[in-house]
Amino acid sequence: MPESGALTKADLAEKLYEELGLNKREAKEIVELFFEQIRHSLEANEQVKLSGFGNFDLRDKSQRPGRNPKTGEEIPISARRVVTFRPGQKLKARVEVYAGTKQ
Amino acid sequence: MTKSELIERISESQDQLSCRDVELAVKLMLEYMSQILSSGDRIEIRGFGSFSLHYREPRVGRNPKTGESVVLEGKYVPHFKPGKEMRDRVNESIGQH
Repeated sequence: MPESGALTKADLAEKLYEELGLNKREAKEIVELFFEQIRHSLEANEQVKLSGFGNFDLRDKSQRPGRNPKTGEEIPISARRVVTFRPGQKLKARVEVYAGTKQ
Repeated sequence: MTKSELIERISESQDQLSCRDVELAVKLMLEYMSQILSSGDRIEIRGFGSFSLHYREPRVGRNPKTGESVVLEGKYVPHFKPGKEMRDRVNESIGQH
């Protein structure tokens, strides 16, 4: 478990060291590569499907009108590509159980 | 890219661990991340993004087949917010593909 606050890459590397016996350098490298390969795929406009966990999808948004909230001035928000995450059935079901125990 | 392709690509980009070890590592990471989220904790990966839970209020839904009203309880759903490096890298690719 993370010692405090949110889970980080260091916690994931620690888990690989403890449970799989990877050495600390290997564990850290695998964690880096895991996130880097996902980013790499997404920046090549390739969807990432991790069964049981979820899918990272890409969406192209067209330009839309925006406004500077301070001045009220109209500024167009440029067309952009964004990443969205769709949790898988298994992850959704596991998270819903938490709702039952803490709320 | 699927999970098995991710495992292959990680294996190919390093020379210390076998494909089998990389497979175990990827599966353990995903399992641990699911476990952390299911216990209500957050995940923060700098340059990638953060995962947290969002609460959905209880609502009255409808059975689409019968039209009957159904009370849906409040629940938590996983949420991902891309980090700055992720947003920038993905957005920069828009002109290229």
